[in-house]
Amino acid sequence: MSKNKILFEFKDIHVAVEGKEVVRGVSLAIRPGEIHAIMGKNGSGKSSLSNALAGHPAYEITSGSVTLDGRDLMDMEADERSRAGLFLAFQYPVAIPGVSVSNFLRTALQAHRGKDADMTDFRRLLKSEMKALGVDEVFATRYLNDGFSGGEKKRIEILQMSVLNPRMAILDETDSGLDIDALKTVSEGINRFHSDSNGILLVTHYQRLLNYIKPDYVHVMMDGQLVKSGGPELALKLEELGYEWVEAELAQKAGV
Amino acid sequence: MADAVNKQKQDLSSLNEDYASRYGFRDPVDYFHKGAKGINHEVVEMISRMKKEPRWMTEVRHQALDVFLSKPTPRWGNTELLGEIDYDDIYYFMKPIENQQASWDDVPEYIKKTFDRLGIPEAEQKFLGGVSAQYESEVVYHSMQEDLKKQGIIFLDMDSGLREHPDIVRKFFGTVIPATDNKYAALNTSVWSGGSFIYVPPGVEVRAPLQAYFRINAENMGQFERTLIIADKGSRVHYIEGCTAPVYSTDSLHSAVVELIALEGAYIRYTTIQNWSRNIYNLVTKRSTAHKNATVEWVDGNLGSRLTMKYPCIQLVGEGARGEILSVALAGKDQHQDAGAKVIHAAPNTSSRITSKSISKDNGRATYRGLAKVHKNAANCRISVECDALLIGEQARSDTYPTMEIDNDRVRVEHEARVSKVAEEQLFYLRSRGLSEDEARLLIVNGFMEPFTKELPLEYAVELNRLIALEMEGSVG
Repeated sequence: MSKNKILFEFKDIHVAVEGKEVVRGVSLAIRPGEIHAIMGKNGSGKSSLSNALAGHPAYEITSGSVTLDGRDLMDMEADERSRAGLFLAFQYPVAIPGVSVSNFLRTALQAHRGKDADMTDFRRLLKSEMKALGVDEVFATRYLNDGFSGGEKKRIEILQMSVLNPRMAILDETDSGLDIDALKTVSEGINRFHSDSNGILLVTHYQRLLNYIKPDYVHVMMDGQLVKSGGPELALKLEELGYEWVEAELAQKAGV
Repeated sequence: MADAVNKQKQDLSSLNEDYASRYGFRDPVDYFHKGAKGINHEVVEMISRMKKEPRWMTEVRHQALDVFLSKPTPRWGNTELLGEIDYDDIYYFMKPIENQQASWDDVPEYIKKTFDRLGIPEAEQKFLGGVSAQYESEVVYHSMQEDLKKQGIIFLDMDSGLREHPDIVRKFFGTVIPATDNKYAALNTSVWSGGSFIYVPPGVEVRAPLQAYFRINAENMGQFERTLIIADKGSRVHYIEGCTAPVYSTDSLHSAVVELIALEGAYIRYTTIQNWSRNIYNLVTKRSTAHKNATVEWVDGNLGSRLTMKYPCIQLVGEGARGEILSVALAGKDQHQDAGAKVIHAAPNTSSRITSKSISKDNGRATYRGLAKVHKNAANCRISVECDALLIGEQARSDTYPTMEIDNDRVRVEHEARVSKVAEEQLFYLRSRGLSEDEARLLIVNGFMEPFTKELPLEYAVELNRLIALEMEGSVG
């Protein structure tokens, strides 16, 4: 896979929620094999950006462009974007009572493969991915996210990602609500998924996830814009000095 | 053929003298040939004569007719739709077979389409469409009968039950639901035909569910079927009736009565799924009595019809008795499903659980109407009631009328009621995994129904899900 080829790209994205602009012109290009992290405080617009990219109808992209593998995603509905290879791991996955994890994943995988596609490998695939993620087998028959703890939900998000095997995964606050053991397992799952041919965008408030998953690039989001980019060292500096440091730096620049 | 008719005429002419004076009975043969509409004592007499019933049953029918004629139409429920029923425009007795054969061309397109989509074999389609009187399942039925006989189990249609086991029928018939109970129970008692009759001897466990499906015929699926199930001491039986395919009939009134009796320590589960064509008023009375340490479970699925009114009831009359009612209703366009459940605790240490699930779509309306009653002497009872309504579309409607009458202080009651819509966040979550909007909505609806479907035998569960998928097509969220 050529390192120069761009896998996932969005340009000058503006997002409005109920008429209010929450993302104000962000751009990013991710090449195959790259891991990017967008860091920012609560309310900086990073979750809105994630939802908008995945096609949430309440997060309207008012201008800008999004492509995956060179395909324009803008006119695609959420399910088409998913089938095109985009995945969003939710910050707060919702419960679907009465629908087992196994039934749901089979339906989703069938949607990806096409109606008449062979599904005989599904059971084995699910079993091996569950085992790798340390998810107990009983979860296959439990109702999706129904009564799951925060950690269990996040694990099941990663399980879905491994089964669907997307080209590009956006992970929205996947580390939130995880204790240290769960954080480790979830991170291992993400690292196992990662390859030279797919891309990952980590969206997070804290640096601690980045102790386990090494990003190639770190971007800081503030007030709906990406204000600073760097390597992994940027995350460490943020952890040490806080977001105030970036704010101060920006204010200084503006003053000059 | 002519001989048979003459024979019939002779039989009829030898009626007791007093019939004519008592009921204004004149020329029964006319009814037989013309297939007259409407109901009166002559018609009732005719039905009983044709079936060669014992005199006591004829009397039961006549008395019930008086009750029917004297009772007003209910002033509760959907009185508007109930008021539309024209009792004079209905056939109340079995018409001769040749008259009964409708033409396949008369079966509405939407019914035929549903048959095709459900993959129903042609012979069965014709039966369900009311075109053929018999569905070819005789062989299965007979081999099953042999097995049951060895264990002393009786499984017949109600007419044969009365003929072959008059003593058992006489002892229990109408004891759970007397004709005086309500207008439609009275109507059924006066003109009933078909239905199932089951008796399970003490201690006998019926291993495989008894399925009315195997002995489907015109009588079984009649308008006024009458079912009586008796599980003697310590016995166990599961009875399954109906199918998910729509049943088409030109007769617009269906009014069944189902009585279950679980004697000491016995267990009865009664599973029904019914899907009537959209012209039918389905007014059914279902009630059971659970004696000491007995268990009764109703699993009741209501699809189709114009109006359904059905509230399966369990009377817990013996100490330690247990009851469970699981009811689902799907109200589509122009339909009203007025369904619910009743539990009556008349003995100490009894427990009951009601789970009701309804889906309303388009301008469909689902009503939950429930009663939980605890008598003074019934200490240490437990009751749990859970009602879930799902609305699809802006015009869909759901109402809940739970009634509690608790006359004892030592009772534990839990009640939960929820009305929900398919949430945008759920739809987006599923769509973000590649499911189309329709697929996502269907999965959510199937999940909502899961507590019901998981109680069904697999083939019924699969059919039901397929049917819901058909019903959901083109629904707007």
